[in-house]
Amino acid sequence: MSSTALEIREVRKAFGGNKALDGCTLTVRRGSITGVIGPNGAGKSTLFNIISGLLRPDRGELLFEDRRIDHLAPYQIARLGVARTFQTPREIGDMTTLENLMLVPEHQTGERLMSLISGWRRVWQEEREHQVDAVSVLDRVEMRHQQDMPATVLSIGQKKLLELARCLLAKPKLALLDEPTAGVNPRLIGDLVGVMEQMSRDGVTILIIEHNMNVVMNLCEHVIVLNRGRVLREGTPSEIQNDEVVQDAYLGAAV
Amino acid sequence: MDQYLIAIVTFTAIYGMIGLGLNLQWGLTGLVNLGQVAFFAVGAYASALLLLAGAHFIVALAAAAMLPAALATLVALITPRLREDYLAIVTLGLAEIIRLVFLNEKWIAGGPDGLTGIPRPLLGSATPSESAWLFMLATLAALFVFFMINWRIATFPIGRVLKAIRSDEILATSLGKNVLRFKTQMLAVGASMAGIAGAFYASYLTFISPAMFTAQVSLNVLVAVLIGGQGNALGVLIGTAIVTCILEGTRFIKDYVSILGGVELAALRMIIIGLALIVIVLVRYRKASVR
Repeated sequence: MSSTALEIREVRKAFGGNKALDGCTLTVRRGSITGVIGPNGAGKSTLFNIISGLLRPDRGELLFEDRRIDHLAPYQIARLGVARTFQTPREIGDMTTLENLMLVPEHQTGERLMSLISGWRRVWQEEREHQVDAVSVLDRVEMRHQQDMPATVLSIGQKKLLELARCLLAKPKLALLDEPTAGVNPRLIGDLVGVMEQMSRDGVTILIIEHNMNVVMNLCEHVIVLNRGRVLREGTPSEIQNDEVVQDAYLGAAV
Repeated sequence: MDQYLIAIVTFTAIYGMIGLGLNLQWGLTGLVNLGQVAFFAVGAYASALLLLAGAHFIVALAAAAMLPAALATLVALITPRLREDYLAIVTLGLAEIIRLVFLNEKWIAGGPDGLTGIPRPLLGSATPSESAWLFMLATLAALFVFFMINWRIATFPIGRVLKAIRSDEILATSLGKNVLRFKTQMLAVGASMAGIAGAFYASYLTFISPAMFTAQVSLNVLVAVLIGGQGNALGVLIGTAIVTCILEGTRFIKDYVSILGGVELAALRMIIIGLALIVIVLVRYRKASVR
């Protein structure tokens, strides 16, 4: 296996006349925590939507573990081991927090029509196992006490934690985290960084969009700066922080 | 038991089966199917033609389940990219196409004259009133099976996926769920239920014609499911009972209001169902529509 988890080559995506991605080329090293920063409208979320298959690139190639994925449907990409969170949290409001998590495990016997006829015992056994996993993940993001609440009553910050919890439970090879700390109680951000570091130690490659520079500088070993749909600079956090071009385009305004 | 009551219970059970099918499609999965009558009609005609050709009732029932499922699969596969409101138009159109085909293609099933003398199982040895009683029990048994299937699907992990698809397809697909597969399955299973209801309907009446399979049937069933509440199988049965009471109850108005004839009553029924639809959506689904 090569050391590259994800490779993006010359990807373009335009919405009408607006080029969200314009020849974007980058690689993500296996096992790394790579940060993506850039001003609003730089194409960060479009990039995530293209990697996860929700959008098709107009041109260019995507390779996940040396395999082309730009023609695959989102669910197929997810099954290859690519999990993502959303900038604006998505949750099934009329299900409980726990049920939202129980959706995550793949290949559940009880999701097949045939399971209605035979194999009930196996279904309930899997349900118990998945519940134990889900509860332990809720523990890690300190949301255990909210497990039976309908997801619709959670605060924005808690919904962001639910997003991260789903990603943890999926045990992906590549996690795409879209602003995981935005809107989260500052007291919890340190814990969240810990959770993401643990994920990384467990072997998950992480690509993270983040506006909180402290988080980026602490967590990431590699930072990619997007601007106007292409890579402006990349390097270690300290290189990026001291780069004049980056400061003009982004950091100067933000810090 | 009074023959009239038996007839009403039988019809309610048949409508309930169509409604439970729609509950899987719209109630759990969020598929807006306004053409449920198409699957009901295909089931009725398939079973009637087979029974008239001398087939066993079980064979007729199997055909009444499988043909509508195949038709529904076709619809699901040619419309996967359609948003939910467009699926509503497609299914509405499908129902009208099916009705017009049966109306105009006389070689299939007699055109406007329909099919007559459809055998009713259990009629052989029994008297007509015993037969009606037994047939009602058979219909109720089928309804019970469909109810159990609805309940199972809603409480199994598959129900969780369907509810996720209903409220956020993008999330479901991002979690690795093959949304098209689940939608196709539910459209097909729901269509099978309507088809089997059609088989019972044809055998019970022993006569069917295209005039029985208008969009009004889809609408009545939709109102029943809306009264019951999204994804609530027991509610669907209660809703069906209420709709049947409205449809049948209006017959008795004639006895009290002498100026109303048959034509006016038919129109009155449609007005009541239409008003009920408006009131239910305003009262019960206000929050959902605002969202």
